Amino acid sequence: MDDTTTLPAAPGSTPGSTPDAATKRRVRRLLGMKSAVTGWGFVAPATIIILGLSIFPAGWAFLLSLQSWDGFSAATFVGGANYAELITDADFWNAVRNTFGYTVLFVPASVLLGLFLAVALNRRIRLMGFYRTAIFVPFVASAASTGILSTYLFSPQFGLVNNVLRVLHLPQQGWLDDPHQAMLVIAIMSLWGSAAFTTVIYLAALQDIPTELIEAARIDGASPWQAFWRVIWPQLAPVTMFVAIWQTIEAVQLFDLVYTTTRGGPLDATKTIVYFLYEKAFHTLQFGYGSAAAYALFAVTLIITIGVVVYSRRKGLEAF
Amino acid sequence: MSANVLNEVVTSSEQVAAEPVGAGRRRRRRLSGWHFVLLPIAILFLIPFAQMVLASFSPAKELVGFPPPFIPSHLTVDGYVKLFSQTDILLWLGNTVIVSLAAIVSNIVLCSLAGYGFARLKFAGRNFGFLMILATIMIPTQLLMIPTYILFSKLGLLNGLGAAIVPWLATAFGIFLMRQFFLALPAELEEAGAIDGCNRWQIFFRIVLPLARPALATLAIFTLLGAWNDLVWPLIAINNQHAFTLQLGIANFQGAHLTDWSLVMAGNVVATMPLILFFLFAQRQFIATMTFSGLKG
Repeated sequence: MDDTTTLPAAPGSTPGSTPDAATKRRVRRLLGMKSAVTGWGFVAPATIIILGLSIFPAGWAFLLSLQSWDGFSAATFVGGANYAELITDADFWNAVRNTFGYTVLFVPASVLLGLFLAVALNRRIRLMGFYRTAIFVPFVASAASTGILSTYLFSPQFGLVNNVLRVLHLPQQGWLDDPHQAMLVIAIMSLWGSAAFTTVIYLAALQDIPTELIEAARIDGASPWQAFWRVIWPQLAPVTMFVAIWQTIEAVQLFDLVYTTTRGGPLDATKTIVYFLYEKAFHTLQFGYGSAAAYALFAVTLIITIGVVVYSRRKGLEAF
Repeated sequence: MSANVLNEVVTSSEQVAAEPVGAGRRRRRRLSGWHFVLLPIAILFLIPFAQMVLASFSPAKELVGFPPPFIPSHLTVDGYVKLFSQTDILLWLGNTVIVSLAAIVSNIVLCSLAGYGFARLKFAGRNFGFLMILATIMIPTQLLMIPTYILFSKLGLLNGLGAAIVPWLATAFGIFLMRQFFLALPAELEEAGAIDGCNRWQIFFRIVLPLARPALATLAIFTLLGAWNDLVWPLIAINNQHAFTLQLGIANFQGAHLTDWSLVMAGNVVATMPLILFFLFAQRQFIATMTFSGLKG
């Protein structure tokens, strides 16, 4: 539907006047202006806010990344020096390693858990409403809340987890106090909060698979196990690709749960890239250096996304 | 659903949310083996919340004793008494409610206007504008923290509630969601309005917006979850205890009241329970929101 059709009477086209070419052009221009005013009247407020708080700061962040600035004294232009420093900064590489370790732990677990839960929940049995609610409700828990719960449940002294281990006569663990286990605890609690998301995505995909496909496979003599891996799993490939990318992007941006549990400790074992840039920018006020780290992270995210998309296109998985 | 015109995406996610048809009626003699899988998992998923509520009603001393009891010797509201007398929790709750309501109202108004404009109106710069908004979804928030902090400090917005509200006034996700919804809406209704002599604004407010309730519910839940639970940005932008949001307040407990777990957990209950209860009442809408926020990619 064209906007111009709703106008009561176009200016310049009063009845009786014979419209020559020039008038027609004028009319068209006026109509164009009128529809532009209406159109931008609808979209401008939201568009200005969103672009003003994203595209504009994103460009500014790039300029900042080329400067050395503490927010008070005069900024000095340093070119690529921040990036060069980043490459040789052991703290940064420690953060990259930690982030990578977390991503490798979290992403496959989250995809498999979501798939498993979706298959389990995709059936008509009693109590299903309760099961779904129980698994989905942690989705509303905030990072602050999850952080408090993690610290409490995994406390080496009085936490429920060690308490259960004690009753079972199993060795007590340090959990968040142990540099080798802290990231694992954070990954477990992230899984708890995000399982709902991956499960719901897989559940929607499972319900889109025509039941005839599965029935046909069963008639041909496939076991339920074979039917799942040979028929359903390939159908889910685009969704798996999507969920994997989504969770990877979430994982490399890990910050909240680290802040609300270990604050990067113990011994910097949970200091992630975003935690590193948060400290640089807002504790030591290195706005330029922090921005460079943020751009490095952005680049990594883009490379991962593009890489996975290109790979999936080559393999013929049309996820995007 | 009262409205019979539904976005394709919203309807398909509604199906996910809906209970399987006739689940209660179809009685099975054999107990499904899946119960043995699902029941332990469901309990495992509920344990953190159960522990949260239990600890908030437990005597503070017992929580850090050794060995800690699985069940407290008696229940007490001491944690809540201390929470309300020693902290500004009610102020923070009020702040969070203000921020969330402002974000929801603003998103509903601005995103539905923009979504409708991008879906239905033809004007110069429309496609470019929409592409720019889609592009912003790719930009990670970490990239924006530092310049936005500097910008807000220049505008004098830091350390007040405005700092928490402004980034939530409109979201790219909201515009995308509303545009998808309006694209799927049949144009005949609007044409009828135009024939009756309504202008664009009247058509929007009288005809289109009332039909958009399902999409607006999704948008409201998305905004509520984001604004209520936001931690990183308030953490950076608000340093003043009186302008703390709930999340900021309870995140700060860890330093200040670490030894008093009954107080900390009572605070956690106050911060989390409103969303949990809301989830239980509007589970279908929450699941629709989750599905859609996944489909936007």
